[in-house]
Amino acid sequence: MVVCFLIHTVCPVSALSAGETRILYARVFGPETGDGCDFTPEQRRLMQKEKLHVVARQVRSAVALSREASGGLCVEAVLGEEAAALGEADSGVFSLGNAELFPDRSVVLWLGVQSLAFSLVCRPHENLLLAEGTLRNIARHCLEELRLLGPGAEVLLKSDRVDALLHRLLPHGQLLFFNHRFVLALDKDIANYVSK
Amino acid sequence: MYAAATESLIKQAREIKEEELQRFCGRIFKLLHTKDVSGDTVDSLQRLNLIVSATKYARELPSDLVMKLQTLLRSSSCPEQLQVLSSSIIRESFPPSVHSLCSDLSHDSRTSSHVASVVLAQVSHILESRLSDGQISRHALPILSKMSTVYPEILTDDQVNLVSRKLVDWLRYASMQQGASMSSGGFFSGPRTRQPAPLTEVDGVVTGDFFTVLCLGQSYTEDQWMNMYTFSMIKSWLLHVPSYAQPCNDDRSEVDSSVMSMVSATSSSSRLLPPKERLREKAFEYCQRLIEQSDRKALKKTDTELQKACIVESVSIMDIICGEDPSYVYRAFPCIKALYGRLNGDLAYARALLPIAQFYLNHSEIAAVDSEAVFCQLFSHCPAEQFNEPMLAFEFVQFCLLNASVLQDRVANYRQSFPNILKFLAWNSSGLIAEFVELLPSLIASDTAIELLHTILDLPCLAAALDLQQRSACYQASDRTAWDQQGAKVAACLDAFRQPSYRGLFLYILRPEAGTGDTIDRLKMLHEILADMAESPRVVRCAQVVPVLLHVYFNTVTQKADEKMMNQLLLVLLERSSLVFSTHLQALCKLHPPLIVDQSREILEFASSPANIYSKEDFYTHVVWVIGEYLSVSYDPRCTVELITSFFESLEAVLFEITQVRQSASPPSFSPRLITVLMTTLAKLATRSQDLIPRVSLCLSKMRTFARSAPVMTCYSEEDTEEIITRAHELINLLKLPNVAQFVLAPSAGGDGPRWHRDTNASLPQGMRAVSGLLHRHSSSLPT
Repeated sequence: MVVCFLIHTVCPVSALSAGETRILYARVFGPETGDGCDFTPEQRRLMQKEKLHVVARQVRSAVALSREASGGLCVEAVLGEEAAALGEADSGVFSLGNAELFPDRSVVLWLGVQSLAFSLVCRPHENLLLAEGTLRNIARHCLEELRLLGPGAEVLLKSDRVDALLHRLLPHGQLLFFNHRFVLALDKDIANYVSK
Repeated sequence: MYAAATESLIKQAREIKEEELQRFCGRIFKLLHTKDVSGDTVDSLQRLNLIVSATKYARELPSDLVMKLQTLLRSSSCPEQLQVLSSSIIRESFPPSVHSLCSDLSHDSRTSSHVASVVLAQVSHILESRLSDGQISRHALPILSKMSTVYPEILTDDQVNLVSRKLVDWLRYASMQQGASMSSGGFFSGPRTRQPAPLTEVDGVVTGDFFTVLCLGQSYTEDQWMNMYTFSMIKSWLLHVPSYAQPCNDDRSEVDSSVMSMVSATSSSSRLLPPKERLREKAFEYCQRLIEQSDRKALKKTDTELQKACIVESVSIMDIICGEDPSYVYRAFPCIKALYGRLNGDLAYARALLPIAQFYLNHSEIAAVDSEAVFCQLFSHCPAEQFNEPMLAFEFVQFCLLNASVLQDRVANYRQSFPNILKFLAWNSSGLIAEFVELLPSLIASDTAIELLHTILDLPCLAAALDLQQRSACYQASDRTAWDQQGAKVAACLDAFRQPSYRGLFLYILRPEAGTGDTIDRLKMLHEILADMAESPRVVRCAQVVPVLLHVYFNTVTQKADEKMMNQLLLVLLERSSLVFSTHLQALCKLHPPLIVDQSREILEFASSPANIYSKEDFYTHVVWVIGEYLSVSYDPRCTVELITSFFESLEAVLFEITQVRQSASPPSFSPRLITVLMTTLAKLATRSQDLIPRVSLCLSKMRTFARSAPVMTCYSEEDTEEIITRAHELINLLKLPNVAQFVLAPSAGGDGPRWHRDTNASLPQGMRAVSGLLHRHSSSLPT
């Protein structure tokens, strides 16, 4: 089960301090486990937003460290070069340990494509091979449907596309075992949705 | 990618004023009541969605708009895009949305749980009925899976049995033919001539057995989709549900369980099994089939990756089933063993070895199967070959963490393989340090503990060596351009890596197993060769985690170490003192004071050398303090007058040398604290062998001159020089009353470190001041 999916920046943002990240899309797959019922819905929402920021910041550092260590030069891909951008992407994984963010020992899987990162927070002992494949697939669609390699702001104004594609690829956070034919069928379905 | 335009949009969304938002909502409300859904409506909803999600604090939307959005959500004729947007807006806005199902969402968990069970009852009702529109059940299954994971106690036994029966149908009895495809056939073939094409395996061969996720078809029927959904959630279901299901008061379930006890879990009589057990049986068969199907060479990369994921999932599911019903173990092992035989040595399938190793760990004892080969492959080869694969590294370390106590006890080469396992950490220090802090204690064994300490201290060297090994593998020596492109420093190190004369050094540092010796003689040489890599990011990051590991190491070791080991540890500390925290030295000596006498030769040698002051001042200061504290007959009867005298003479010589007042003397490069600690230690030693008192008094009397000399005055602050003078004065006075001095200068009860000499809370200065005051009143002589 996936607990949440995020799209956020990993490049410096002028309005924020160094190390901070801007979350462009966040989807939490409820319900959350035993949080204690002492909080109002308002407080719970705030706490959830804070938790997501903590995760996003940790991914930002992980991406920076990974890129520094591998020392590879980053070639900026443009619209139309989505496959290349995905091929060059760095990926990694870390555990949230006992931090009281999500269920104990949740695992964060991330994929860094140029100045953005796609992150999945999974429950412990999840099938990470499957999660990795799913994350790449979702990222591919996001890059294409939201034209992320271009300068536009579709990620903010067409976020319903991400909702729709998560509904098909990761319904309620359930990871699915798609072979390439299931993938093609869903690609068509998603293309249908986007064209409307 | 991320542009200023995006940033300003977010700013706008956050800063929109309340009245403006209300007006915007009013406009949307009107738009939603018009007949046609225009692009304008969709755009406006998208903007509203952005506004409600952009802030941390929830925005309140007018209730009529919220009601309208809920209506849209429930209406099946509404275009999906509007439903998606409505759902998202409702989720994000305040007050929290109230579904028609739960009209009064209270904070009471019991109430919420009942509400959830209402939802679940609806879901299982949906599953029960025959459906022409399979869409609903396709989407209901993930919801059911999620609810049963989060609230497993919610389902009754009846419901579990019902669902289990449906799951068996989908899992095992899905259609064997392709779905009807809208566009198949082409222009010339009519509906009657179109034969449903057979399904194929991933390698193109026509499939002969039941449908699984690894079967390919042009399009899929509804139950084939359900097959895929079912397999995707079956592990979670088997793990969480059956054990939690509430027993119902139905006679039927009792009959079922008595049947169970009469029938064993074999496939021929599976029809007689109760639903839960039957599901287990079918899931087992499904997994076996998937493992067989994974042997085929897939034509598409997506399918190859899926095969790997299927192997991991299948082995895990079989592991769970065998855990619930050990009779499955005998059926599972031949399959798992064959799988291991196939995957062993294939680097692309290394991640699949971990669930297999887990299976062996859990069940090999029951089956009396030898698991040594599996763990040998896992610990002796895997890390050395794939330390740079981040996912594998993570999963490997998680596996070790999860099974640490069992591995320690039952798998001989686990602890022996720490040089290999630490390679994961050396390569990705920041990513894995949290895990290793927990894992390290399990790697400490009494026979290899010293070697482990050296390995931890050499971790940055290991990181550098691994880096060179990778680069060397990538670039041919003849390809000078690629070689030189990496920078002169790295190129020089690469050259060294390739040299036959250094082969032994690198082979040692890159060894897979412990036991070939604590450390190598020519470690210094290795450090020199790798010095140029010291600034590479990986090495720097590695160096940063070493102190953390050392803390964990010492905390663990000091709890279990015997006398012999403590002696060895002290030697290592002295040898590698530049890298080690002084607190470890203190902790060690406090735990076992006789160490000082045991290792007096080495400690004396270390303390006698002023060079150690300049390179490792903090550590040196602690060594001096430890001597003053623990070199005493009260701690170790072997502490002779000769021994005390020899330590005294060495420290006296050092103090003399560093406080020489000459015309050409340069300002002291050490801190004033070193002076005070030296003075105090000398005084302490003198109280234990009182012939030395005149000598120390003479030494101390020279401190005033030293402190007032020009180079020192420019270097130390007024307070520091005053403190040195005052302390020297107090010590001299104290030593006039040797018996009192012995008491005051005895080891402090708290065993504190060499406190900052101005710390007025420390008992020693206080004690001394009290005595000093006393003396002052009774004595008229003061040193000049």
